[in-house]
Amino acid sequence: MRPSVPRVQSLKVYGAIAMTLPQDWALYEVFVRAKRGLDHKHVGSLHAADAAMAIEHARDLYTRRQEGVSLWVVKSADIVASAPEDAAAFFDPAEDKIYRHPTFYDIPKDVETL
Amino acid sequence: MNAVTTPATARELTTYVLRLADTSLVLAQRLSAWIGHGPAIEEDLGCANISLDLLGQARLLYAYAGELEGAGRTEDDFAYLREECDFLNATMAELPNGDFGQTIVRQCLLDLWRLELFEQLTQSTDMRLAQIAAKAVKEIRYHGRYSSGWLVRLGDGTDESHQRVATALVMLWPYVAEWFAEDALEQALAERGVVPSVAAVQAGFEARLAPILRAATLTRPSNVDYRWFGKRAQHSEHLSHLLAELQSLHRAHPGAQW
Repeated sequence: MRPSVPRVQSLKVYGAIAMTLPQDWALYEVFVRAKRGLDHKHVGSLHAADAAMAIEHARDLYTRRQEGVSLWVVKSADIVASAPEDAAAFFDPAEDKIYRHPTFYDIPKDVETL
Repeated sequence: MNAVTTPATARELTTYVLRLADTSLVLAQRLSAWIGHGPAIEEDLGCANISLDLLGQARLLYAYAGELEGAGRTEDDFAYLREECDFLNATMAELPNGDFGQTIVRQCLLDLWRLELFEQLTQSTDMRLAQIAAKAVKEIRYHGRYSSGWLVRLGDGTDESHQRVATALVMLWPYVAEWFAEDALEQALAERGVVPSVAAVQAGFEARLAPILRAATLTRPSNVDYRWFGKRAQHSEHLSHLLAELQSLHRAHPGAQW
């Protein structure tokens, strides 16, 4: 029998903890910031029971070789994506509008990450 | 400043450093057995990462022990060419993995103890030991986060997961006593500020453990009188099997290189 001790509802700042079997873990997308000043870049995905575990798994899987200084994880199911069948209507109209590219000025040499 | 001023101190410190190194190496070997067998590939890597951190700590400590000893022994000599009766690891590190819950309980207890110990070792009057401890503390802080996180999940999880970690905790608890049974060597080094007093480490360990056990809905087992003394080379029957596997390649091909 379980002892009658109050259960914890959260693990630090990451919200409610979940105890599910690995086959039921949700898919999370992982974003790594390589260094300060750069954007977080999508690097891959992983499975985890909850957000706290996802952050730790992201650290263990995607920052083993000093890839980053900051991590984001987001449930794959929470990402809203454009539909493949919309691709033509969404993206093709930009094809002939080359004047939208900022090709008319030079980027200074010292600005590396623009 | 280096605290090693007399041959006696150097001998004592060598033994102490080997205790730390052997515990790291033996635990690294145990954890690495989870690779390919974890409950999820993410946990395979979690255990492998911790194992590699521990191996790195063992290497630094063996190298230092070799220098202190002054007999020309290398990291490999310490790891591969000593017998079971020469190893000075804390007994808990050599105990079998059991199920994932048992591994997590063992890891959590060892992490919390080592975190407290190494944090205090950063204040050592021996500069070299303090530096090695400072590097290790960052690693162990993550190990403790991993293992205590899992202990809370399993303890506060399903009836079965709770039962498994509760059983493992009762089984493993007697092996904690060894860490806090101060012997003459530890006392002598503590008096010179080279290592922390065992009592201070124990107080810190208990303070770290209590909230985790509470969150995991687990009860701290009572202490038992019997003490294991892996740190004085009195081991359980499990170490010789572990070493046979760890050392087999080197014994079959002495001096083998990658």
